[in-house]
Amino acid sequence: MFGLNRKDQILFLVVLALVVFAPFILNPFPEDSGLARFNAGYPDLMQRFVIFGIFAIGFNILFGLTGYLSFGHAAFLGVGSYAGVWMMKLLTVNVVPAIIASTLVAGVFSLVIGYICLRRSGIYFSILTLAFAQMSFALAYSVLTPITAGESGLQLSLSDPRILESAAATGSIPATNFFGITMRDGFELAAGGWVFTFNFGYYFCALLMLIAFYISIRIFRSPFGMMLRAVKSNQTRMNYTGLTPKPYTLAAFVISGMYAGLAGGLMVAVDPLAGADRMFWTASGEVVLMTILGGAGTLIGPVLGAGVINYFENIFSRLNERDLNAMFDFLPDGLQNAMVAVAQLFVGDGWLLTLGLMFMLVVIFLPGGLVEGGQRLSRLFGRRKKPSGDDPEHHPKPAPHVAE
Amino acid sequence: MDAILLQILNGLDKGSAYALIALGLTLIFGTLGVVNFAHGVLFALGAFCAVTFRNILSISFETIDETRTDFLGNPARIQTPYIEAWFGEGVGSFLIDWSVPLSILLAIPVMALIGLAMERGLIKHFYKRPHADQILVTFGLAIVLQQIIKYFYGANPIQTPAPDVFQRTFDFGVLIGFDPMTIMYPFWRLVYFLFALVIIGAVFAFLRFTTFGMVVRAGMADRETVELLGININRRFTIVFAIAAVVAGLAGVMYTPIVSPNYNMGMNFLVISFVVVVVGGMGSLPGAVLAGFFLGILESFASMSAVTEVIPGINQVIIYLAAVVVLLVRPRGLMGRKGVMEE
Repeated sequence: MFGLNRKDQILFLVVLALVVFAPFILNPFPEDSGLARFNAGYPDLMQRFVIFGIFAIGFNILFGLTGYLSFGHAAFLGVGSYAGVWMMKLLTVNVVPAIIASTLVAGVFSLVIGYICLRRSGIYFSILTLAFAQMSFALAYSVLTPITAGESGLQLSLSDPRILESAAATGSIPATNFFGITMRDGFELAAGGWVFTFNFGYYFCALLMLIAFYISIRIFRSPFGMMLRAVKSNQTRMNYTGLTPKPYTLAAFVISGMYAGLAGGLMVAVDPLAGADRMFWTASGEVVLMTILGGAGTLIGPVLGAGVINYFENIFSRLNERDLNAMFDFLPDGLQNAMVAVAQLFVGDGWLLTLGLMFMLVVIFLPGGLVEGGQRLSRLFGRRKKPSGDDPEHHPKPAPHVAE
Repeated sequence: MDAILLQILNGLDKGSAYALIALGLTLIFGTLGVVNFAHGVLFALGAFCAVTFRNILSISFETIDETRTDFLGNPARIQTPYIEAWFGEGVGSFLIDWSVPLSILLAIPVMALIGLAMERGLIKHFYKRPHADQILVTFGLAIVLQQIIKYFYGANPIQTPAPDVFQRTFDFGVLIGFDPMTIMYPFWRLVYFLFALVIIGAVFAFLRFTTFGMVVRAGMADRETVELLGININRRFTIVFAIAAVVAGLAGVMYTPIVSPNYNMGMNFLVISFVVVVVGGMGSLPGAVLAGFFLGILESFASMSAVTEVIPGINQVIIYLAAVVVLLVRPRGLMGRKGVMEE
């Protein structure tokens, strides 16, 4: 099916099912229970899941396959957002031109930047991409204010031309829509104590994420993907074989840039506001973390990572002292206060502390990310049943070089 | 002419900070081969050493003076720092006034300890991991340390003034034959520049003229041979890491009167310091220092109104632009050794 092999088909179908039934899966707790705050099944957050999923999938095509660590990918997302909002301002609030434009503009932008940055590799590449992203950020805040609206952020206004819009001005800014269906459309389904929200904006983004995911599977399994892996494992040997790595890495860079642009376009499609802070280098760091956390170089990893980070960010930054007191209520008083005091460091404004710790723990203990963690677990439990042929005990690695 | 000279002077203090941070980064990279994204936070930690020291000095007790009243008519409460009570008012207020330079005494052991703990606890395990992993783990550490600072000191900048004597500006132009009042320069910036020169000189002298420094330089050039000679190079390198942490910390301590420290300051300096290291040449100490001053001065030229009128916004991007040009024209940086991280 779709030119995928059996294993990938199953993976794709699993992701498809997860995405389609997300409103159910993410709302496991009844509305009036104390645990309802751990639900994630509301449109805003679900949209973030899939949009950042796209961003991370794209980043993974560059970082996971070629090993080039870009620290400036947020710039492409930001550029995509601006392009999207401008399309909505100039043409129409239908999101199709906006999304196409944001993908293309980000593609062109990443072609230019990639052409320059890819002349270096390793840490130099990271610094160069960082430098370009910081430049874009600084310019968006200062000189380019007529285009980017600076600190206030670029948004729709009544005086926009919107030349493709036939309807006369109604006195209010029209909502972003897809051929008439607005992104906010949706319905709620109440069943028992549960309320499930189905939102058009979410399913629209989710459809694009599925397409993006499918393309990424095809890239991973293609000869092109094999080339990219070759770049990561040994560039010198690739050169000796008579292959130039540059066009392949540049193509990967542009593809991941376009993914970032698409994510930026979707962000403004569901909420037409573009700000320069999306381009700040910590935003680039966040997508790196998503990819690493899930598992760089794996297919499903980035999607998982994007989901986990966004979920925890949302939950942790909303918790406050009262919630914590309620959570630790079962403990004796003294212990409860101590636990609340400790936990308080990590929630609310302290979310960044949690993020930093997660970052360190993952890189230290689980360099392969959640996917590797899952594989380790399954190996741990599945071992007795069928010892696999290539377990490390029977095929030890060659002894390290003496002088190493 | 005087305008150009003024911009050079203005660039010196920022340039000094860049140079000091970049010096530490290069030391760490040259010895341990580790890319330390947490170095900017070490700078911030140094700055907060100064804040802490001032806070400690000004711990006060309260007395009620019955003879005076405040504006509500209650007896006035007077805060007297312990230090004034113990050593007399003159000495006490002198110490508080000079808290910033004096906090160097606190910062050196504290930063050295932090450096040792960081190296032994975390960085040690990352020698053989790819650069990407090193960048990521130290980036995470930077976020954590930054949040810890924020937890203890809050999000707002904290004023830490320089000693009274240095708070004035002085007429630099007269000294070198310009008209009076053309080149006015704040005292403290000059102090900072001289301080940076002393530290840089000390680090270079240490590496050049001591046996320890010789071993370290040998280790930078060929680690395996030095190990084969029976020298525990790892221990030496750990100490080098601590020295780099102290240098960054001291740069932060003395910078506090120029920019009030806030928890974010490290990150702002970090990105630029990395650019500085790359422009100077990865692994080249003189390159890092030169590039630091060069970019600091370049930045101050770019913020002249005459320049920003022609090319608006250039002051925001000049450093990054310089980095891009240098990396493309001369990939190993201004003074990088041939073959070191040249790809």
